[in-house]
Amino acid sequence: MKDLSKVNNPYNDEKVISQCSIFGMMSTVGELFSGKAIITAVANMHDRGNGLGGGFAIYGCYPDRSEDYCLQIMFNTRVSREETEVYLKRFFHINHAEEIPTFPTKAIKNPPDVWRYFVQPKLEELHEIISEDDVVTRRVFTINTTLEGAYVFSSGKNMGVFKGVGFPEEIAEYFGLEHYQGYIWTAHGRFPTNTQGWWGGAHPFSLLDWTVVHNGEISSYGANRRFLEMYDYVCSMHTDTEVVAYAVDLLARRHGLPVEVVMDIFSPPVWEQIDRMGPEERVYFEALRNTYGPLLLNGPFAIIVAHHGEMVAHTDRIRLRPMVAGIRGDMVYASSEESAIRLVSPQLDRVWIPVGGHPIIARIKDTPGQEVVKGGRELDKGEKAEEFPTC
Amino acid sequence: MKTSSAVKKTRSTSSSRSGKQRSGAHWIKLDAQGVYYKDLNRQIRSLALQGDRRFEIHNVFGQRYLGTNLWGIEGRDRIVIRVYGTPGSDMGAFMDGPRIEVFGNAQDATGNTMNCGQIAIHGSAGDVLGYGMRGGEIYVRDNVGYRVGIHMKEYRDKIPTVVIGGTMQDFFGEYMAGGRIIVLNKFFADNPPVRRSYFIGTGMHGGNIYVRGDVDLHQIGAEVGIASPTDAEWKIIEKYVHNFCKVFGLEENKAKLLKRHKFTRLYAKSSRPYGRLYAY
Amino acid sequence: MLTSLLPEFTVDRSEDRCIQCRVCERQCSFDVFGYDGENNVMVHREENCVACQRCSVLCPTNALVIRENQYTYRPNANWTREYIQDLKKQAETGGVLLTGMGCDKPHKIYWDHILINASQVTNPSIDPLREPMELRTHLGRKPDQLEMVDGKLVLPDYPNVEISTPIMFGAMSYGAISYNSFRCLARAAFEYGTMFNTGEGGWPMELRKYGKSTIVQCASGRFGLDLEYFNDAAVVEIKIGQGAKPGIGGHLPGEKVSEHISQTRMIPEGSDAISPAPHHDIYSIEDLHMLIHAIKEAVDYQKPVSVKISAVHNAPAIASGMVRAGADIIVLDGLRGGTGAAPKILRDNVGIPIELALAAVDTRLRNEGIRNWASLVVSGGIRNSADIFKAIALGADAVYIGTPALMALGCTVCQKCYTGKCAWGITTQDPYLTKRVNPEIGTQNLKNLLRAWSLEIKELLGCGGINSIESLRGNRLQLRGIGLESWELEALGIRGAGQ
Repeated sequence: MKDLSKVNNPYNDEKVISQCSIFGMMSTVGELFSGKAIITAVANMHDRGNGLGGGFAIYGCYPDRSEDYCLQIMFNTRVSREETEVYLKRFFHINHAEEIPTFPTKAIKNPPDVWRYFVQPKLEELHEIISEDDVVTRRVFTINTTLEGAYVFSSGKNMGVFKGVGFPEEIAEYFGLEHYQGYIWTAHGRFPTNTQGWWGGAHPFSLLDWTVVHNGEISSYGANRRFLEMYDYVCSMHTDTEVVAYAVDLLARRHGLPVEVVMDIFSPPVWEQIDRMGPEERVYFEALRNTYGPLLLNGPFAIIVAHHGEMVAHTDRIRLRPMVAGIRGDMVYASSEESAIRLVSPQLDRVWIPVGGHPIIARIKDTPGQEVVKGGRELDKGEKAEEFPTC
Repeated sequence: MKTSSAVKKTRSTSSSRSGKQRSGAHWIKLDAQGVYYKDLNRQIRSLALQGDRRFEIHNVFGQRYLGTNLWGIEGRDRIVIRVYGTPGSDMGAFMDGPRIEVFGNAQDATGNTMNCGQIAIHGSAGDVLGYGMRGGEIYVRDNVGYRVGIHMKEYRDKIPTVVIGGTMQDFFGEYMAGGRIIVLNKFFADNPPVRRSYFIGTGMHGGNIYVRGDVDLHQIGAEVGIASPTDAEWKIIEKYVHNFCKVFGLEENKAKLLKRHKFTRLYAKSSRPYGRLYAY
Repeated sequence: MLTSLLPEFTVDRSEDRCIQCRVCERQCSFDVFGYDGENNVMVHREENCVACQRCSVLCPTNALVIRENQYTYRPNANWTREYIQDLKKQAETGGVLLTGMGCDKPHKIYWDHILINASQVTNPSIDPLREPMELRTHLGRKPDQLEMVDGKLVLPDYPNVEISTPIMFGAMSYGAISYNSFRCLARAAFEYGTMFNTGEGGWPMELRKYGKSTIVQCASGRFGLDLEYFNDAAVVEIKIGQGAKPGIGGHLPGEKVSEHISQTRMIPEGSDAISPAPHHDIYSIEDLHMLIHAIKEAVDYQKPVSVKISAVHNAPAIASGMVRAGADIIVLDGLRGGTGAAPKILRDNVGIPIELALAAVDTRLRNEGIRNWASLVVSGGIRNSADIFKAIALGADAVYIGTPALMALGCTVCQKCYTGKCAWGITTQDPYLTKRVNPEIGTQNLKNLLRAWSLEIKELLGCGGINSIESLRGNRLQLRGIGLESWELEALGIRGAGQ
């Protein structure tokens, strides 16, 4: 058994439970901004976490090396780093490597060593036709499951995940995140119901450039996990958020489904509702539920999923966890609490509670004047606006 | 909220700080910027114990439990708290007497198990408003989230009332055991259309919901009946719509809102909905 | 009327002894007996008998014996009589099977596989009758350390409550049990210096004088709950779950909601009192944090807040979260915990035994260094003082007893609480039946039970050479397992006998 005491589930719980605050903000014109606002916002929801996990995902933070995969890795020991680097050199061209700068503070105790490697996978040695992304994914899993004391927690291009044990504002201070620039930021303050000092358990969870922050406990975890294992995902972290990240990877990247469809798979309407829909929508949902039923995320959750160009805020179909969305100009916000949004943007063009199971999707605008979010239409499938009983 | 431990500033308009019993007639202004909820609420309690009755709290960003700790204060039903900003969840939880007015939106679980008093929100409110509410009144100018009015209950003349100017979401009035909720389905603010709500009144076994507009059978729980308000009920609706318009300064809308034929009454078909569920 | 069921019990009446006094007929609330005046004999409707033994105990001539019906279906290890009868009931009604009390299935009872140590030679045993022997217990959060400032100790400001013995009466609501029973529990706890728990059925005003011995519950139905209710009590307990029915709510049928109950719960007379399955303001651990602190605000941080869950698979992780969310006391209710009414299928299949949950939770909290942040109370399956002793040695601070307390009031565990016909007058609101619990005798019996068990715990402590209960708490070296597999010993954190 691999020892990951700093980065992994120390009690070997079958499932690690944690809940929390989440926050996301995106400039839909791709303008870069610093982490100051999001740090303030997530710190305002301090009481939703308990100091045992905080983290951030930043998109657009490595513009100078935007073509390289950036592997950010936690190491328990120097030996584990040396061993991992041997592995990396064998399977990747390492264009640059450095220790991630940190600013030790009192609050952060016993941190692992954290390094980043800008790499290109070596494809020449492979005897199969396989995409770069798949190669990177495969290597990441290998490191995470077999290399002692090493954990890759971020593996996308021109983006990075920063996380650890502490309140999110403490993690931000530790990594100096106010000095980073990005056009999408997501953040997480964690309230795990167990485990001290487990860096790997913090959010966001990521694979390639997909990241997930999550609030809630997914009761279907066991079913979701076993389905994903069939598709060669190794759920080494034993958390439901990891499962969401892999499910997004499977559906969006490997199966090529648009993010709207992925969200419909996670939170489909109840059968009774489907029964009332027109034939076209009915077969659509029947097909989704029949094929991907094992990926229905059952139980309370609110998630913010991001990758380059897109930020998606989504909740379970009976909306058991809070989510508030806000828009100001080209900025889109999603948060567990409205007060956190107001703190960083007191004036909002629009602020609302999205309907359960209906994603709010913010995209980079192709053309000026385009709607900043997709979603928020907030009529159910099969329902026409004119039917709505306004007076 | 971050860990600031002291109330930063207390700007008081009070001129008579002599320590004598205060009349409470003037407004005490508090700045809540960066103040932890525990310290803010403690300060309000201690000022109220000294006789202050009117509070204006500015820069509220997520401070929780406003009004909860004012228990046992003589004359607490005269306490008025005006909140500018976005108050935190559980505002007015267990509250017993005071009046809270919010100039902005409220978050989740407003008026949780509230006993007495009044809450008015000049905006929208989140989920689970009025859960287990046992008395008092809540007015929301705009929309509310999910599971509002869940398990409200009444006892004799203690009948909690919620009036919502906009629309509601699913599981509205779930397990409702008493009290009344009036939904006006009217957008006073610039709000997007909201979808229909479903699972209305599932498990309802008491109380009444009055919706301005139609409600389809597939939107309601099996335990819910649909009817029109009775004459006596109409008087009550008139009274609370009148109050609603007064609270939010919307008097000119009153006549338009009070069209009796537009109202649907949802009621519990039985006070014993699950009598036949069990084998003995 | 159900048609195809065999009677579960038979009534053997000795006609020689019977004097046709008709006491049995008057005492039976399940309508088993009738009197045939023409022939001057008593007649029986055995299919109604629940073996509560009220008739046989009160029969002045000992003419009655109630015994299990010897008739049987063809023996079948798979299709037992119970499963056949249950199935037939459901085929005839289409309903969910209800039952009362705790799980009666023969799941392993770990108490019976744990043996206690005694002092011999190397340290002396202690005679509890003549030497000091302390059972006093404080419940609530304890500080991590104390500080001296200017030569003076800074006193911790976490609220704690004191009990004179680590045995409390568990939550049973007025409504689930009769007023007299409820009052006996309140008074006995007060007079003995321990706590009783109101459950979530409200708290009658005239019993508030026992406030310093009262734990009030805040459960999902929020019945009879206001700030006065919190502030009149010593502890506020948030009830998340119950061992007999983890994950579901409660349901007091309308016919039990009498005028006084209606007043206490603050709902209309005759209306169902339904407690939702979850608290609808708690869907997540940070929501629990929010409710705990709402209550702390409401009581101005003057009282400990307790959180009760049923013992489930993930109990250690959940307990850790509860403690971190601010619970001052956490309560675990095990698989065998009782109930006034629960679906039988849940009672018998959901949850885990309290012994294993207790050991796992205590271990986890210690591993995380937060065991002193909260007191740990366990319930569900305590049958005698040795069980309590073993629970405390495994790591509990105190126990709740429910079923044993009702047995002290007369209960014979016939499991028919949900019918509202309790012949012993305990789980009923029928005024004809509730009179059967005499408030004076009931209170005395409860106090007797507390006294007897406390004495026995002292004896057990004495033989281990310990004179204060805090030296037993978590002292697993005092225990050895017998007849347990190695995983079970490991789960309990004890060694095998002889090791």
